[in-house]
Amino acid sequence: MELVKSITVPVVLDYDYVTGRAQSRFLRGIAEGRILGQRCIECRRVYVPSRGACGRCGVRTEEEIQVADKGTVTTFCIVRVPSENLAFNPPYVCAAVLLDGADIPMMHVMQECALEDVRMGMRVQAVWVEKEKLGPTMSSIRYFKPIAEPDAAFDTYKEHL
Amino acid sequence: MAQTDAEHEAPLTAPHHLEYAYKRSVGPVLGRFFAGLRERQICGIRTRAGRVLVPPSEYDPDTGDATTEEFVDVGPGGTVTSWTWVGNPRAKQPLQQPFAYALIKLDGADTPMLHAVDALSESHMRTGMRVRPRWRAETKGEIGDIACFEPEV
Repeated sequence: MELVKSITVPVVLDYDYVTGRAQSRFLRGIAEGRILGQRCIECRRVYVPSRGACGRCGVRTEEEIQVADKGTVTTFCIVRVPSENLAFNPPYVCAAVLLDGADIPMMHVMQECALEDVRMGMRVQAVWVEKEKLGPTMSSIRYFKPIAEPDAAFDTYKEHL
Repeated sequence: MAQTDAEHEAPLTAPHHLEYAYKRSVGPVLGRFFAGLRERQICGIRTRAGRVLVPPSEYDPDTGDATTEEFVDVGPGGTVTSWTWVGNPRAKQPLQQPFAYALIKLDGADTPMLHAVDALSESHMRTGMRVRPRWRAETKGEIGDIACFEPEV
């Protein structure tokens, strides 16, 4: 009898994700092509996207700030492992991008960038979907791409890694 | 968008579907078990103490000793030792109508095995009831080769 070597086990979860108020504001901003954050009234840090409170100070964040859609790569990794439903074929770069005006980086994928060129401090900009396709979803930003600006100095983002 | 306006807007919701196919290697002992299912045969393995574990495992959970290499065919009939009713089955569960998950001690086995019992309604289920496997028309060497168990008539 020929032995079975492996089995495939399905793992499935269906659920409704509720964003809450703070993330809803952020996503509705995204649907307008704007990236919104919130500034903490005490430490002045700008959170993008905001969760509605400053985890460091423990206060609600209420001051809305629009940040730029360009920023600096603080850290990155290169995804080489394929899996289902990826928007891009591996290998590709996944980067933490500190948007200009924000104090925490956001994760997104990079394209139009050779794997060997990506580096900390690299300047990048969001590539949006066409205006009529904008929606309250992070896929409204297709990816980030490098732009022709000098690298940011390490001191400018070392507190935001 | 002013925050005061936004506060009055309902939070966004979106359906999330998380799914991945997890492929796991099964080793020589469960590999023999699944190969048996492909032939519509359920097997266990004998421990050094003489008990028959179903499904077979590489180690005796009582002692931690390696099991013997003696595979033992069991069933096909068996006895429900414990069960719970699933009134609202989910998409990937073995049956799409209400069913029972049951521990079934197959004839010749010393340990019960988990599988689904198609009993039509909860009132038909009882501990100690006799069941037998309903095989899929096409077997592939996986636990789903047994579509479910059904009450013996």
